[in-house]
Amino acid sequence: MLSNVRVRHTLTHLFIISLGLLMLYPVVWMIVSSLKPNNMIFSDPGLIPKEVTIENYISGWQGYAGTTFGTFFANSLLMCVIAIIGNVISCSMAAYAFARLKFSGRTFFFTIMMVTLMLPGHVTLVPRYIMFNTFGWVGSYLPILVPKFLATDAFFVFLLVQFMRSLPKEIEDAAIVDGCSKIGVYWRIIIPLAVPALVTTALFTFLWTWDDFFNHLLYLTRPDTYTVSRALRTFVGDAGAVSNWGGALAMATLSILPAFVLFFSLQKYFVQGISTTGLKG
Amino acid sequence: MQSTLTARTDQPVKSGRKFTLRQDLTGYIFLLPWLIGFVVFTLGPILASLYLSFTNYDLMTMPEWVGIFNYNRLLTRDARFAQSMSVTFTFVVTSVPLQLIVALGIALVLNRGIRGLPWYRALFYLPSLLGGSVAIAILWRQVFGNDGLLNQILLIFGIEGQSWIGSPDTALSTLIVLRVWQFGSPMVIFLAGLKQVPQSLYEAANIDGANSVQQFFKITLPLITPIFFFNLVLQMISAFQAFTPAYIISDGTGAPADSTLFYSLYIYIQGFRYFRMGYAAAMAWIMLIVIVFFTILNFGLSRFWVFYGDED
Repeated sequence: MLSNVRVRHTLTHLFIISLGLLMLYPVVWMIVSSLKPNNMIFSDPGLIPKEVTIENYISGWQGYAGTTFGTFFANSLLMCVIAIIGNVISCSMAAYAFARLKFSGRTFFFTIMMVTLMLPGHVTLVPRYIMFNTFGWVGSYLPILVPKFLATDAFFVFLLVQFMRSLPKEIEDAAIVDGCSKIGVYWRIIIPLAVPALVTTALFTFLWTWDDFFNHLLYLTRPDTYTVSRALRTFVGDAGAVSNWGGALAMATLSILPAFVLFFSLQKYFVQGISTTGLKG
Repeated sequence: MQSTLTARTDQPVKSGRKFTLRQDLTGYIFLLPWLIGFVVFTLGPILASLYLSFTNYDLMTMPEWVGIFNYNRLLTRDARFAQSMSVTFTFVVTSVPLQLIVALGIALVLNRGIRGLPWYRALFYLPSLLGGSVAIAILWRQVFGNDGLLNQILLIFGIEGQSWIGSPDTALSTLIVLRVWQFGSPMVIFLAGLKQVPQSLYEAANIDGANSVQQFFKITLPLITPIFFFNLVLQMISAFQAFTPAYIISDGTGAPADSTLFYSLYIYIQGFRYFRMGYAAAMAWIMLIVIVFFTILNFGLSRFWVFYGDED
């Protein structure tokens, strides 16, 4: 009986591990191939390179139109940091209002916020572009960053509302009895207690801003302002041919590195974020 | 889990109860950034795009009112529009169910109390983490290209491959595979839901002699239908809007032979390559109507198959 169970467990593990390896094979192959000489990429499906070189990283790093990937990474990082600051401040403020404050129209606005969760972004796309074009913002980071300071990512408002509702009310009540204002409660009590959910917010803001391509394609017009995801596209020529596959795979590998590092160091925040709101990673 | 799945609006406000001016003021101070964002970046643009959809507008000259011309042309004379609809529908109705079934299947296997669950969960979540990026789209181009990874492996078995991305018959399938590959995030949600199913139900079923297949269909499946529904709504909405992989794989054209011309890609082409802003706005509104229709349909049909335990 016991050995029967053990056999079944071993089979389950084997099944899961082989499926996982099959799934990750292309990604691992990409990382390995970025270290192969360019001509080996199309002839060697194996994971052990016959010859290791860093020439792809050197050629890929050259970047596009005289701007190196050093600039692209710096641009992406800057954009992500500002986006995180914007989302953390604006979404936590809205969430506090929805979760804890009593005012007329709260239920109405909360319903509207939930509806915007499901709204396809394309409906607002054209007028937003026209508006940013009128402001003279096309070509800068403002069309991407300004909305972050106005809590337009309803997912995070929802995530933070769910989290704040689960916090015990007693501490706040005590603080109010002691003469603390609502603003004081937000700043001194809610924000410190909501740190786990704020980390989740920051994490997903980082990943989505880092990986976003559509907005970067639309609004970034000069190569020296390109982010990593926008710059990666320049490896694919206009006729569809990729001239430097080695460089493309090398920079693609570097571009997914931050996500890997964050994921493995902060795994519990991911699981929390996904399972409370169904965020798509 | 239950409470996180439905939009709960806390305690309903008692009718007739007025809040003090001070309470209102504090509330709106905190709500202000969201409120401005909603009006400027959501409500305003939605209304503006409705107006623009009845005009011709190229960013240079003033919008010119054309009535229902854009809609008329889209629905009767634009073959590429019909093609983009058909591509997107095919993509949604094949990739979403496949993705959810795989997600549920793996979640069930992982939920049998095996050791190393956090590691396996991380392993299967990784593609969801990376899948939407340009990096993975470029990789996909390589893997399914003429001399790409897949064909190299097939060659080992003596099979002569083809350019999967270059052929109109298979290009869309590579994008469906890419989507199903990212089953990790619905899987994590399924896992969280499966944890909520009370163990006592299985114990009772065991005593009554129900086998594991019966237990799955009589206990597990009914109890996780709300989560299935939640995943279905989310994944459908997001699949309707897929853009990056199709753009990278087809160089922004929907090639080959418009077989990867996703709806959102076609909006982009009309709006930002031809600068037909009014036409693109009309397309966006049709998309909104289609998504709202499917979401309502989903909610309507859910009465017949989604089981809420707290409902008597």
